Amino acid sequence: MNPSKFFHIKRKVTSVIMMSLSLVATLIALVPLVFIFYYTISKGISYLNIDFFIAMPKPVGETGGGMANAIAGTLLLIGIGGVIGIPVGVMTGTYLSEFGNNKFGSVVRFLTDVLSGVPSIVVGVVAYTLVVIPMKHFSALAGGIALGILMIPTITRTTEEMIKLVPHSLREAGLALGIPKWKTTILIVLKTAWKGIATGILLGLSRAAGETAPLLFTALGNRFWSTKVGQPIASLSVYIYDYAKAPFEDWNQQAWTAALVLMLMISILSLTFRIVTRSKYKTK
Amino acid sequence: MDIKISVKNLEAFYGKNKVLKNISIDIPRNKVVAIIGPSGCGKSTFLRCLNRMHEVVGGTITGSIQVDGEDLTKTDPVLLRKRLGMVFQKPNPFPTMSIFNNVAAGLRFNGVRNKKILTPIVERSLKQAALWDEVKDNLDDSGVNISGGQQQRLCIARTLAVDPEVILMDEPASALDPISTSKIEELIFELKKNYTIVIVTHNMQQAARVSDSTAFFYMGELIEYDKTTKIFTNPANKQTEDYVTGRFG
Amino acid sequence: MQANTKQTEHKRNIFLKKIFGSQNFGDLIFERLTLLFAVFVFLLVILMGYEMYIGSKISIEKFGWSFLTNSVWDPVQEIYGALPIIYGTVVSSFLALILSVPLSIGIAIFLSELSPGWLEKPLSFLVELLAGIPSVVYGLWGIFVLVPWIRNDVEPFLSERLGFLPFFRGAPYGFGMLAAVLILSIMVLPIVASISRDILKSVPQSQREAALALGATRWQSTKIVLKDARSGIFGATMLGLGRAVGETMAVTMVIGNRALISPSLFDPAYTMASVIANEFSEATSDMYLSALIQLALVLFVITIFINAFAKLLVWSMERKLGTR
Repeated sequence: MNPSKFFHIKRKVTSVIMMSLSLVATLIALVPLVFIFYYTISKGISYLNIDFFIAMPKPVGETGGGMANAIAGTLLLIGIGGVIGIPVGVMTGTYLSEFGNNKFGSVVRFLTDVLSGVPSIVVGVVAYTLVVIPMKHFSALAGGIALGILMIPTITRTTEEMIKLVPHSLREAGLALGIPKWKTTILIVLKTAWKGIATGILLGLSRAAGETAPLLFTALGNRFWSTKVGQPIASLSVYIYDYAKAPFEDWNQQAWTAALVLMLMISILSLTFRIVTRSKYKTK
Repeated sequence: MDIKISVKNLEAFYGKNKVLKNISIDIPRNKVVAIIGPSGCGKSTFLRCLNRMHEVVGGTITGSIQVDGEDLTKTDPVLLRKRLGMVFQKPNPFPTMSIFNNVAAGLRFNGVRNKKILTPIVERSLKQAALWDEVKDNLDDSGVNISGGQQQRLCIARTLAVDPEVILMDEPASALDPISTSKIEELIFELKKNYTIVIVTHNMQQAARVSDSTAFFYMGELIEYDKTTKIFTNPANKQTEDYVTGRFG
Repeated sequence: MQANTKQTEHKRNIFLKKIFGSQNFGDLIFERLTLLFAVFVFLLVILMGYEMYIGSKISIEKFGWSFLTNSVWDPVQEIYGALPIIYGTVVSSFLALILSVPLSIGIAIFLSELSPGWLEKPLSFLVELLAGIPSVVYGLWGIFVLVPWIRNDVEPFLSERLGFLPFFRGAPYGFGMLAAVLILSIMVLPIVASISRDILKSVPQSQREAALALGATRWQSTKIVLKDARSGIFGATMLGLGRAVGETMAVTMVIGNRALISPSLFDPAYTMASVIANEFSEATSDMYLSALIQLALVLFVITIFINAFAKLLVWSMERKLGTR
């Protein structure tokens, strides 16, 4: 066989092998995904009943009970986080896209990127020194602040990117009508970009809902019903952690159910947001 | 007439969209054929069918294309593309490679690694592309640090280095300034001694200047194909006449 | 009446112009208001560093640099040396990257170079779904599925076949470095894969066509694309490293939590993030708390450097290819 033909066959075979390997890599990545979903659903479903949503945790030794307090706690915590993270993120994103073409803008953009890479546990430590130490006790507020800080980078960046996607002609149309820039930005630009910004907010909220590390020593946890901002509060994610480590099989089971509920909550959060933003879009 | 490429009943699709309708055309050896027509008429698609680049972006074809009597759809596209070189609309040298390595890239794909073999071929190709004198002292510079016109001639040299039989040019001068354009046109004139050239252009003067025959495409159909002088002075078809006289398009 | 209001409005406008120049008053307020929030974000990051510096001051003063080089972490004796913890962090992160980066690049190649459009979207969605699973759920799965599997199958297999190496010795306990590495590599994978995919897709199509038109095979043209994108992919890897270094819950739940420097992957270990998660609420003395906050500060500084470096790499590639 002549050498160039041999080389041709060799590189064809190499190509097929390498490209097949890339397919294999993709399939390998899907294995843990399938396993995690399979176990969470199959193990979590056994305790999934109405009690789980409306009942309180039972004391050690008794089986059954629910996590009503943790579900309410998670919602309250991401609510507090949202109150901080959404306005800061949206306004900072607006600043970056509308007025941020300067040195300070680049610095803030860079710091948002840096913030998005800061481990959530570090944010928890900061919330501890900022809120827990002065208040002298753990609180939902401290946990919510930690979650709020964690939401800022995601919301800021999506807002900036979404606003930049709004065509310049639309802006000019507003300005040409004699509408001041701030009104143009709010009424035309932000309204057009709203759908994208909402997706960013949703992403921030759903990530926050799954966060555990920053809550361990801020919101701490609570075995009783509480919706007080100044008091320690339960959350699904911290419950999963505590119950997974606990030596009781019943609690381990409930950890799976809590994981399932948490993942359902995250999906519902994303679904409702999608539906809301879609219907708004259609009526336009 | 000595036929290099023979296309019969070619139809090309993007998904269900038919972009070329029943094209039959013969391309003579060592001649320049220009493809003209308004944008969206399928002229680039036609060119990309000839070296099977159309299928790279997910397109499909029916009908037959023969190169020297050999059915192109039955040949290995990798080997085929070596025989039918292509120059693109925008110069696309490899930014991570030096000028030398850009020209040698095609040979390296084919397993030629010996620098003793590569060096003379690179030099010959750069000379053929009329770029040698401008770059011979900095062959190790990056392929993107030269002007746009030089980049395009580098891409032509890169195509020539693998010793193709046909050169397909997709609006090769549309991104260039007038001086670079005239250099490319001179080059085409030189190259046709050894190569068969198919050039897609939206510039009718260019088609008139460089080509022997011209094909006019409109809405995915081949409207008229004849000697260039005939197309531009006395076209048989009314649409062709309207287009070359600038009444539409 | 109407003329009157017009007149007052006119007067007010003149008044405002005097104060604020010719710029529209509303615009100015709007700009300043958004600026205020941007300044808030700016100050927040600085405040975070400052708070942790203050919080760890007594530990910094007492231990100085020996905090990083001393290998004894003993809360009872109040001696805090973070070396074994830093070791655990570095080793777990690097091994996780070694496992997941090749896979991630493979996935990125498949998604951007090979898969047809109809397949790419759902597959990308699935890979990103992996990134959306909360860390604590990974940990839960780690404790009840991954660790038993490692204990019963992986570790006995490895010690039987490769037991002559120091890395695969010791009791098959399940919880330990190996479990942490595996779970981290799963968690890092979607990040590196999806960023690398975006980076490969940002390489202009004309590069692939140039290669293919010269008679390159699919893999040869992919190699050209990879070469164009190498700094971006390295940046994606660094972002993955940043994530691995700071990952807390899943690691804490499976790594065994002991400040130990051991070559064996079967042995328990500790990472900076997991020490903080585990011991912070038990830290009773000021010095203990201060040492933990210092650990958070070190983690903060490290991740800032990693992320800044990664960002620069991605930027430099985008600039070189002119895609931005």
